[in-house]
Amino acid sequence: MVKKIAEGSHAVAEVVRLLNPDVLAMYPITPSTHIPERLSDFESDGELDGTIIRVDSEFSAMSALVGASATGVRTYTATSSQGLALMHEVLFVASAMRLPIVITVVNRALSAPLNIFNDWQDSISERDSGWIQMYGEDSQEVADLMVQAYRIAEDKRVLLPVMVCMDGFFLSHTYDVIDVPEDLKGFVPPYKPEHAYLDPKRPQTQGAWAMQEPYFELRKELEEAVGAALPVIKEVHDEFAKVFGRSYGGGAIDVYGEGDTVVVSMGSVCTNLKVLADRLGFQVVRVRCYRPFPAEDVKKALEGKKAVAVFEKDVAYGTGHGALYNDVRACTTGKAVNFIVGLGGLDVPINALEKMCGEIDAMNDGETRWQR
Amino acid sequence: MMEIRFHGRGGQGAVTAAEVLAVAAFKDGKYAQAFGKFGPERRGAPVQSFTRISDEPIRIRQEVYEPDCVVVLDASLMKVVDVREGLKEGGILIINTGEEVAGAWAVDATQIAMDVIGKPIVNTAMLGAFNKASECAVTLDSLTEAIKERFPGKIGELNSKAIVKASEGCACCEV
Repeated sequence: MVKKIAEGSHAVAEVVRLLNPDVLAMYPITPSTHIPERLSDFESDGELDGTIIRVDSEFSAMSALVGASATGVRTYTATSSQGLALMHEVLFVASAMRLPIVITVVNRALSAPLNIFNDWQDSISERDSGWIQMYGEDSQEVADLMVQAYRIAEDKRVLLPVMVCMDGFFLSHTYDVIDVPEDLKGFVPPYKPEHAYLDPKRPQTQGAWAMQEPYFELRKELEEAVGAALPVIKEVHDEFAKVFGRSYGGGAIDVYGEGDTVVVSMGSVCTNLKVLADRLGFQVVRVRCYRPFPAEDVKKALEGKKAVAVFEKDVAYGTGHGALYNDVRACTTGKAVNFIVGLGGLDVPINALEKMCGEIDAMNDGETRWQR
Repeated sequence: MMEIRFHGRGGQGAVTAAEVLAVAAFKDGKYAQAFGKFGPERRGAPVQSFTRISDEPIRIRQEVYEPDCVVVLDASLMKVVDVREGLKEGGILIINTGEEVAGAWAVDATQIAMDVIGKPIVNTAMLGAFNKASECAVTLDSLTEAIKERFPGKIGELNSKAIVKASEGCACCEV
């Protein structure tokens, strides 16, 4: 481990280089751009073993990774916002073909109006795509999640694609002090596919046509597979903690502090919430693994609590709430309220969060407040 | 923890200054954080960037609202932006100007940059001024090392000279 100061994007690129993907398909989009930029630097300096394909769109990027991954090699890309939206159709192909693709989503608002800044609407809108979704609180955790993601994705009990989500600008464009591993080959050995993979010497078909019954069964199997990934996610987290000395709660959720009131959120805003939790005496439940949703862990954390407030940077349009709230709501019969914050990159400072936390007691069960 | 806010115009390198300062502080053995307030990236538009320097790990994720120090790369901004906004009581204000401003540190960074670098790129010179005005919250050695790392070769050397010259040429005007 080497302690250094680095921009979040550059820390991710450095770790990706060490993870040694064979095929990287890149179509840069703000705020994910610095990741492919740095990886291109590595390539031109002869420090990247894999091949970067400069594709003509994010749709092509994900399609190229599906093709590459189906031949049994390790793959990577990074994207944001409209880029992820353009991948939408192919994301479902990747998960149903059980391809262990790993991508970094540098979270950014969706158009319209055009906005390049951070919120979670892009990845939240892909929550039902059959991908595993992990959210990091800071650059250190995002870098660590990248390492864990390949182990999870390529585990033969899982074989699913993973998106590692990091808040755009707040993390991607911020210099922070982080520990960067020097070598990852021990923890993430080269990918050796044991399941179906394309090989001219062993002709086969993947992801082709299916009639009603097999289609129905395969979709059921996909849901079971996403759910079954949860114990592996926790196992890999624990093993990572043992090897690298950094732990993030139990792997699925990160419980911080004590209190009758619980605040649930994800990503970088949790740093400010934890500072406030120290001051005001509430508990923070940070959801690290959003899909599969760790419902049992959340239920246990919320048991017997006075109230739960969910803070999130996304909207489940038409439900009156954010998507995270709807998931958390299903885990408790107690009072639950919702704050929609930070859309379009709006800063969510500690004093604004303090004001919101002061409102929880007076709010009605099920109430949502949009707080600027 | 010390919080610094830079005011500049798009293209002047306010974000680079904040980042180089953070890297230099890290070289001094401190924890540091740096980021810009990104807008539509237009040359000439008012921009801000921020650096935090601390002996402890930094646990905060928000803009700097109450800076200990404000660094103004372009004095003409003071007509359109309240650069003193939120500046702590007794906080440090450093302005790139050839004139004296009551209660502020002044340095003619544009002149220094023209003399040393041959271009009106003032962001690095302002870091030299910060070294002086902050009574060495970051060392000159680390600043010059950080700038040479960021811009290897002649550009780094010249900027390094501008940093030292601005540190020497920075003066405070009493209220």
